Amino acid sequence: MKLTGSEIFVESLKCEGVKTIFGIPGGVVLKLFDVLHQQNDVEVVLTRHEQGAIHMAEGYAKATGKAGVALVTSGPGMTNIVTGLADAMMDSVPLVAFTGQVPTSLIGNDAFQEADNIGISRPCTKHNVLVKDVKDLATVIKEAFYIANTGRPGPVLVDIPKDVTTESAEFHYPDKVSLRGYRPTVSGNRFQIKQAADEILKAKRPVIYVGGGSVFSGAANEVRELADLTQIPVTMTVMGLGSFPGTHPLCMGMLGMHGTYCANMAMHEADLLIAVGARFDDRVTGKLSEFSPRARVIHIDIDPTSIKKNVHAHIPIVGDVKAVLKELVQVLSSMDGNPASVKTQRRPWLKQVNAWSAQHPLAYQQEGKKETKPQYVIDKAYELTKHKAIVVTDVGQHQMWAAQYFKSGLQRTFLTSGGLGTMGFGFPAAIGAQKAYPNKTVLCITSEGSFQMNLQELAVAAIHKLPVKIILLNNQFHGMVRQWQDLFYEGRYASSDLGNTPDFVKLAEAYGILGLRSEGPGDVEAVLKEGFKHKGPVMMDFVIDRFENCYPMIPAGGAQHEMMLEDPPQLKTARKPSRNKGEDADAVLPA
Amino acid sequence: MEHVISVLVENNPGVLARVAGLFSARGYNIESLSVAPTPDATISMITVVTSGDEIIIEQIMKQLNKVIEVLKVVDLTEEDHLERETALIKIVTKQGQQRDEAIRIAGIFRANIVDSTPQTYTFEVSGDSGKIQAVIDRLKPMGIKEIVRTGRIAIARDAL
Ligand SMILES: Cc1ncc(C[n+]2csc(CCOP(=O)(O)OP(=O)(O)O)c2C)c(N)n1
Ligand SMILES: [Mg+2]
Repeated sequence: MKLTGSEIFVESLKCEGVKTIFGIPGGVVLKLFDVLHQQNDVEVVLTRHEQGAIHMAEGYAKATGKAGVALVTSGPGMTNIVTGLADAMMDSVPLVAFTGQVPTSLIGNDAFQEADNIGISRPCTKHNVLVKDVKDLATVIKEAFYIANTGRPGPVLVDIPKDVTTESAEFHYPDKVSLRGYRPTVSGNRFQIKQAADEILKAKRPVIYVGGGSVFSGAANEVRELADLTQIPVTMTVMGLGSFPGTHPLCMGMLGMHGTYCANMAMHEADLLIAVGARFDDRVTGKLSEFSPRARVIHIDIDPTSIKKNVHAHIPIVGDVKAVLKELVQVLSSMDGNPASVKTQRRPWLKQVNAWSAQHPLAYQQEGKKETKPQYVIDKAYELTKHKAIVVTDVGQHQMWAAQYFKSGLQRTFLTSGGLGTMGFGFPAAIGAQKAYPNKTVLCITSEGSFQMNLQELAVAAIHKLPVKIILLNNQFHGMVRQWQDLFYEGRYASSDLGNTPDFVKLAEAYGILGLRSEGPGDVEAVLKEGFKHKGPVMMDFVIDRFENCYPMIPAGGAQHEMMLEDPPQLKTARKPSRNKGEDADAVLPA
Repeated sequence: MEHVISVLVENNPGVLARVAGLFSARGYNIESLSVAPTPDATISMITVVTSGDEIIIEQIMKQLNKVIEVLKVVDLTEEDHLERETALIKIVTKQGQQRDEAIRIAGIFRANIVDSTPQTYTFEVSGDSGKIQAVIDRLKPMGIKEIVRTGRIAIARDAL
């Protein structure tokens, strides 16, 4: 039977099992929206900004592991999603973004709302395609989902000219794709795996360093088996969080710029790194020339370009992390000199690791303080939700504190913009995650800087009754910027003081959302409890210590073992951390 | 070191932009680039001459392989191979003496004269880059009006 391009589009989405798409209509995609409007299998979430739509699709994808879908119009609709595409590219988020395009006959004529969608998105997509003939549409969509979801996942953009949405073709959804240039390696090389096993048994000071690849591959169990079997301590990147329980005795927490003292010291002293779906990002390595100077490196990753890009790998293993770890564990447990004996051999190293952890644990001082410490809010939120929440963060200090204090051992429960560091990601991504899991507790940990970048999506949370719990750590600063200015720019707050921020409680109320405020430490627990109890979305505005800094910190360009652990002496005296109304001209709180 | 890499790609619009964009986005060098059809109409061949240390070349190879529409990547520098480049060189020749000299040089380098006017000659010369450069250097003193070069192409030699 012949269908129009728009019908083919919708039928194809159904074939892919797509339940929800996020987007905003416009001239060239009206027909697509019109057909979507007349069916009930695929729900359209109308966002308030295309950036909201693409981050919602990301949140949906990060929470479920399946490609998120966005549909936007040509020109400005498309350019508004670029940030989300770049974000998804960096963090390997499977996405399929459909963009409208002017009719094929007008392409290249500077037509109304024309943009070179393919050219603009090329560097920030895994793949992109302009559909020139309605006969190709179904195949292109099939391939787009396949490419987005397999190998190292990523965003794929499909550009659909207006005439393609109206013309007709025979609909047949292919059940297989044949892409001769795309065959991701799944199982690792046997010989390399055996070599890795030998290295692991020989190593005296090994560390397992887990990245986001482990999350995408769903390898938490395998990571745990490997760690338990070989008694090797584990650290995670911000993208890898959830791969290993923060409460496990072998867990050292996050590593890198704001990682734990223990994790960074262990990385620095290690004689063997087992990198699992991680890419040695500069926020992790610090100064490259002094990174883990004595370590041999086993690098397991599905993307060959990640291997030997920044750090040499002595044993590269290209493959799906889960499959490779499974085999590695198997090989290890069948080897002579059984890993059981490893336990005794590992004792001195684990003793050292524990000593580091005891020496400088993550800590904050709330007791006896008038002002609320942001870490206290996060700690309490963690305590109240334990492993039941999906945590979605924005970007800044609050993100790093959330990464430090949430200890969940469940993958896909810590969603954050790691590679691109996109402020404004958090709230729409939380909405996307909540849409995927309407019955789970979804926390959006944010601060007023990031939140104001996409606050318009409050309307979506309200209308769709998505009970996202917004925990806004309100320091009236671009806090992370302020921290760098305090540490490296002699306290000159160039464009980091947000001053008179809006009354977030009233703002929430304006959208028909419950707003709660915590003025001091005494309110924190009550506000969190009330917010969590409430059935709908909640805005919880926590007035926090404006000048709290996030430690440990490896200063940019510093070596991994040279961490700052607390405010330097000059900062402790120079500032008066006053936040009461009227006392600080720059920080006028709404009544 | 200089490397000649041949890249077989799907003959789709935009593939060249993806390949070239990959080089510029990651700061890799392109010394020359040529694109041409292959006997299979669905496949094109891109020959790119680049340079970098071993680590960079390894990254370039992997990054190229990662492009969905790239079918095969070969670093020809690693094997025995032939390289060719063609140049069209237009020179200005005033007196008869100079015209004779130009023809003599063409003969030495086995360049063909493909166009001639009373004031100019256009030569076609083919060879490796060194030879092309030598011809240009010899003709320069006469006055070169225009040069067009193809960029390098290369092919592996087969074992006997
Ligand atoms: C879109 C975007 N613009 C700018 C930045 C640079 N930047 C990084 S953190 C930060 C401040 C974040 O402020 P806020 O959201 O209030 O979080 P806080 O650090 O106060 O917790 C800025 C401006 C960014 N990461 N993303
Ligand atoms: Mg802030």
